[in-house]
Amino acid sequence: MDFGFCLSPSSHVKMDSVDLTTFNRLKETNPDINTCIACGSCTATCTAGHFTEMSFRRILLMLQRGKEDEAKKMIQRCMLCGKCTLVCPRGINIRKILLDITR
Amino acid sequence: MKENILIIGGGAAGMEAATQLHKMGLNPIIIEKSEALGGHIAQWDRLFPAFHPAKDVVDKMLDQVKGIDVRLNTEVVDIQRDNNGFHAVLSNNEKIDAQAVILATGFDVFKAERKQEYGYGIYNNVMTSVELEKFFRTGKDDRINHPKRIGFVHCVGARDVKVCNTYCSKVCCTTALKQACEIKEVFPDAEVYTFYMDLRMFGPGYEDLYLKTQKDFDVKCVRGRVCEVSEDMDGKLVIKAEDTLFGKPLKMTLDLLVLMCSMEKNKSIDAIQQKLGVANNSDGFMQNKDMYLGMNDTAQDGVFVAGACTAPKSLPDTIGEARSVATQVYNYLNR
Repeated sequence: MDFGFCLSPSSHVKMDSVDLTTFNRLKETNPDINTCIACGSCTATCTAGHFTEMSFRRILLMLQRGKEDEAKKMIQRCMLCGKCTLVCPRGINIRKILLDITR
Repeated sequence: MKENILIIGGGAAGMEAATQLHKMGLNPIIIEKSEALGGHIAQWDRLFPAFHPAKDVVDKMLDQVKGIDVRLNTEVVDIQRDNNGFHAVLSNNEKIDAQAVILATGFDVFKAERKQEYGYGIYNNVMTSVELEKFFRTGKDDRINHPKRIGFVHCVGARDVKVCNTYCSKVCCTTALKQACEIKEVFPDAEVYTFYMDLRMFGPGYEDLYLKTQKDFDVKCVRGRVCEVSEDMDGKLVIKAEDTLFGKPLKMTLDLLVLMCSMEKNKSIDAIQQKLGVANNSDGFMQNKDMYLGMNDTAQDGVFVAGACTAPKSLPDTIGEARSVATQVYNYLNR
């Protein structure tokens, strides 16, 4: 019998079990990946971001919080125009990192 | 006869003010309640932003005060004022007459047990920034056994209405990143996280330290305040915070948690401060005349303030104020 009750899964990010393999692999060839200060410039200027959820800042976080599949899905929105790389105040080579993630 | 200036407090502010006044030909007298000069900074290992040894600076300051009248293990127990100046009674029953008084009484470190949710004094592996600094200096602390994962909590006892401290303590952000780098130096294979709300890297070279923290030391800065700490069956710490940039709560196990404790007003001087007629400001620190041109002056003529007794301050701030208070005192005596 269905009483209309259910268990919701925890929305906590469980940092103890996050797999950082992809992020750490990226870090080896792109050490500037660590220097993001989450200013949001990349997202604000993103051509795809005006019409979709695309946000490089969030992609970096997703990789560090165990949401690699979501990150890879989001990257598909990128049109590789490179405006994000132009505006980044930390000089992160975002376009290259985006390409490296999908490699 | 040289004019006496009573300086209460023998930390960075008191020592530097005394040095300058001495050079001006006046007679500063430092009253220090503890057994040594140097104050908090003498307990510190290295200074931000460039990891300069604190001892270096302290030794230079100590060298400069050689030949200056210093009373250690002494407190001012009473002070009166009349037309001839100030008349202080010390805890050793000595009486000192002075033409001006400088309050350089500095700060107290916030008592971390007051933020009970962080578990300081309850869980073994929670320590304060001051204790970590001591570990860097001495290499000894029973709580630090090759931690694999270390967390730093910013703003402990600051920007927090619940402990009645709404102010920012100014130096803890930079100190946290400095200490995060240092602990990573000691334990290179450890993961280090800092939990911040804003990173206030306000000074020259501080932003460079931030970049270095991220790039060279691989410290992970998470924006979000740790809300609670508990202990699991193995004695490890389980913390909860929201990653506010990611928009999700997170949970992680840590081997060591460091609380970045704020500065609070040093209350041991309250009775003397009251007798001198100096009020407190809304943050509980001493009230100066105004924050721009009157930062060393108080409502009382002849009573001056310098250093962290008026607000949380960095060492360069304090030294700057100590030098400016000397000028103010000099001008006051020669008016």
